[in-house]
Amino acid sequence: MSGAVLAFVEHAAGEPDRLSLEALALARGLAKHLGAPLDAVVLGSAAEAAAARLGGYGVGLAHVATDARFDEYAPAAWAAAVREVIGVRGPAAVVAAGSERGNEVLAHVAARLGLPMSANTIEVNPGESWQLVRQRWAGSLLEDATLDAPVRLLSVAPHAVAIDPVEAAAPAPTITRFEPEPEPADVVARVVSREAKASAGVSLSDAKVVVGGGRGVGSAEGFAKLEELAGLLGGAVGGSRVVTSLGWRPHADQIGQTGLRIAPDLYIACGISGAIQHIVGCKAAKRILAINTDPESPIMAVADYAVIGDLSTIVPAITAEIERRRASA
Amino acid sequence: MNILVCVKRVPQTGGRIVLTADGQAIDTKFLGHTVSPHEECGVEEAVRIVEKEGGSTAVLTLGPAAAEEQLRDAMAIGIDRAILLETDGAEWDPVSTAGVIAETIEAQEAANGAFDLILFGNEAADTGDFQVGVRVAVALGRPIINGIKEIWFSDSRREVLARREAPGGGWETYDLPLPAVLGVKEGLNLPRYPSVPGRLRAKKKEIERVPLGASPSGALGLGAGEDAAGADSPIPGPTRRRLRLPAEERTQAEVLGQGPEAAPAVVDLLQRIGVLAK
Ligand SMILES: Cc1cc2nc3c(=O)[nH]c(=O)nc-3n(C[C@H](O)[C@H](O)[C@H](O)COP(=O)(O)OP(=O)(O)OC[C@H]3O[C@@H](n4cnc5c(N)ncnc54)[C@H](O)[C@@H]3O)c2cc1C
Ligand SMILES: Nc1ncnc2c1ncn2[C@@H]1O[C@H](COP(=O)(O)O)[C@@H](O)[C@H]1O
Repeated sequence: MSGAVLAFVEHAAGEPDRLSLEALALARGLAKHLGAPLDAVVLGSAAEAAAARLGGYGVGLAHVATDARFDEYAPAAWAAAVREVIGVRGPAAVVAAGSERGNEVLAHVAARLGLPMSANTIEVNPGESWQLVRQRWAGSLLEDATLDAPVRLLSVAPHAVAIDPVEAAAPAPTITRFEPEPEPADVVARVVSREAKASAGVSLSDAKVVVGGGRGVGSAEGFAKLEELAGLLGGAVGGSRVVTSLGWRPHADQIGQTGLRIAPDLYIACGISGAIQHIVGCKAAKRILAINTDPESPIMAVADYAVIGDLSTIVPAITAEIERRRASA
Repeated sequence: MNILVCVKRVPQTGGRIVLTADGQAIDTKFLGHTVSPHEECGVEEAVRIVEKEGGSTAVLTLGPAAAEEQLRDAMAIGIDRAILLETDGAEWDPVSTAGVIAETIEAQEAANGAFDLILFGNEAADTGDFQVGVRVAVALGRPIINGIKEIWFSDSRREVLARREAPGGGWETYDLPLPAVLGVKEGLNLPRYPSVPGRLRAKKKEIERVPLGASPSGALGLGAGEDAAGADSPIPGPTRRRLRLPAEERTQAEVLGQGPEAAPAVVDLLQRIGVLAK
C-alpha cells in the first residue's frame, strides 16, 4: 500500500486531454494534503509521450501500458489495466476526468472491485473519513458527502477545477511499464470503426465564441442570422434543448446538462431563457451576453451583459456593424 | 427482440432549485416529475425497435409509488409492460440500486425469457452517478457501452451496432453480441408525444409491483452503514450528508442597450474583450 493518489490520464496521440489535466490538479492537491506521491496511469502506444509531459503537473511516477491494443477504446479492458495498477500500487484514491471515458472506465473499475464511486467530484477533504463535494443535476446542485472505502474512486466534474500552470522546470516522471493482458470478455465492447468529423469548421467545444439560440430564434431558418454572426467572429453556433427537440438544430449542437458543456471566451445567448439545465452547460464561459426580449428572464442573473429586444433585428444589426467597421478599417 | 428500459423519476426543476429546510432533498411541493431526456430517448428507441423487429418491451423503475406516473408515460407511447420496485420514497444509493435491478432482471428473465437488449440512460438527471448501468451489466456478465446516439442491428440480428460521439469530434462504432446493455443519450431520436388513446390504454394496464421498502444503506438512503463494508460485500456510498445550492457566481447583467440601436455598444464590447480585432 503506497497510499498514492493515482490519476487516470486520457490523451490524444500523446497530448494529455484538458479534462484530465483538470483531474490532475484535483489529484495533486489531494496528494499534497495526504503527503502522498502522485502517480499516473496512461494507456496506448503514445502513452510514454503523454506521460513525459506530466512532470510539470506534479506526477512523480507514471505507469504506462504501450501495447497498441490499448490504442482503441475498450472501457472494460482499460479498466482492467487500471485495476492492475491498483493491485500493484495500493493507492488511497484513483482520480479520473469526468469525461465520457473517464466516468465509464471508473464505473467498470468500481463494479469489478465492488467499490463505491463518486462521479463529478469538485472537492475532497481527506481525514478519518473523507468529506467530498460532488455535483448533482450537472452542477445545479451540490452534494456534501462522506466516502469511506479502501480505495476512493473519484471522477472530477468538467470545468470545475482549474488546470495547474505547468512547471517547465519540473523533472519528467519516472516511467514504469506494465503489460496488462485483458480477458476476452473485456474487449467485447470496443471501438470497431470510426468516422471523422463531418465539418471542418471550429467545433462547439473548442470555439472561443459561441452564439447560442433558443426558442426565441423562432425557426430553423432563423438560425441563418446566428450562423452569419458566428462566422464573422470565427465562432460556432449552439442551442437550447427546445431547438434540438423541435428539430431546428441537430442534437450535437445542444448546450446543457444533457448536451455539451462549453467554456468559450464569450457566449452570446439569443432567445434563451436561462433554465438551470442550460446554464450548467455554459456557465464556464468567461463572459455571457444575453439578447432577450424579456429583461426579467433568468438568463439576466447569469449574464454579464445584455441587450433587450428582438434578436431577429438585433443579431443582424451587430453583424452589419462588424462589417461596417471592417470595411472602414 | 425483447427490450427492457430502466428509467428514474426525478423532479422537473425549472429556473431554480428550492431545497427542503433540512437540506436533504429538493422541495417538490410545486414541481411536476419526469425522467431524464436520455431515458425518454431510451423508451422511444425500444418502442421503435419492436415496431420494426417484433418482440416486446418492458420498463422498470426503482422509486416511490408515485413513480407509477413515469411508467404509465412510457406505456402511453407504446411500452408493453411495467415493473415498479417500490421504495419508501427515500433515495437509494447507486450500488444498492444496481444490485436490486440486476436481481430483478434475472428473476424477470427466468419467468419471461431473456431481454436481448437492456437500455439505461447515460446518467440519471438528478444524482448523475454515471454507474448504475455499468454495475448492472457487470453483474449480469453482459457487455455495455454508454453515450449511445444511434442503434442498429446486424443482418443476423445476433449483434447490436451502436455509435457515439468520439472525443474531439466524429463518431465511434461498437459491435456487441446480444444480449447486451447500452447507456443511451438524448439525440438518439426525437421521442413522440403520447396519443390520447395511448394514454387511455396505459391507464388500464397492470403494473407489476415489487415492494422493497427502505434503502438497505441507511436512513439517508445513499450510503453505507459501517457494517456494509465487509471484506467481500460491495461498499455502498458515498453517504450524502447535505444538499446545497452552488454560490451565485454572477450578478445582474450590464444592459448595453435596447434593440438594434445597441449594435455599436455590442461591437465595442467585442473589441474590448478581444474576440474581434480592432
Ligand atoms: C433533466 C433535464 C435536462 C435538460 N437538459 C437540457 C440541456 O441540456 N440544454 C437545455 O438547453 N435545456 C435542457 N433542459 C430543458 C430546460 O429546462 C429548458 O426547457 C430549456 O433550456 C428552455 O429552452 P429555451 O431557453 O430555448 O426556451 P424558453 O424557456 O421557452 O425561452 C425562450 C426565451 O426566448 C425569449 N424570446 C422569445 N422571443 C424572442 C425574440 N424574438 N428575441 C429575443 N428573445 C426572445 C423569451 O423571452 C425567453 O426568455 C433539460 C430539462 C430537464 C428536465
Ligand atoms: N432508481 C432507478 N430506477 C431505474 N433505473 C435507474 C434508477 N437509477 C438509475 N437508473 C438507471 O441507470 C441510469 C444511470 O444512472 P446513474 O448511475 O444514477 O447516473 C439511469 O439513466 C437509469 O436508466
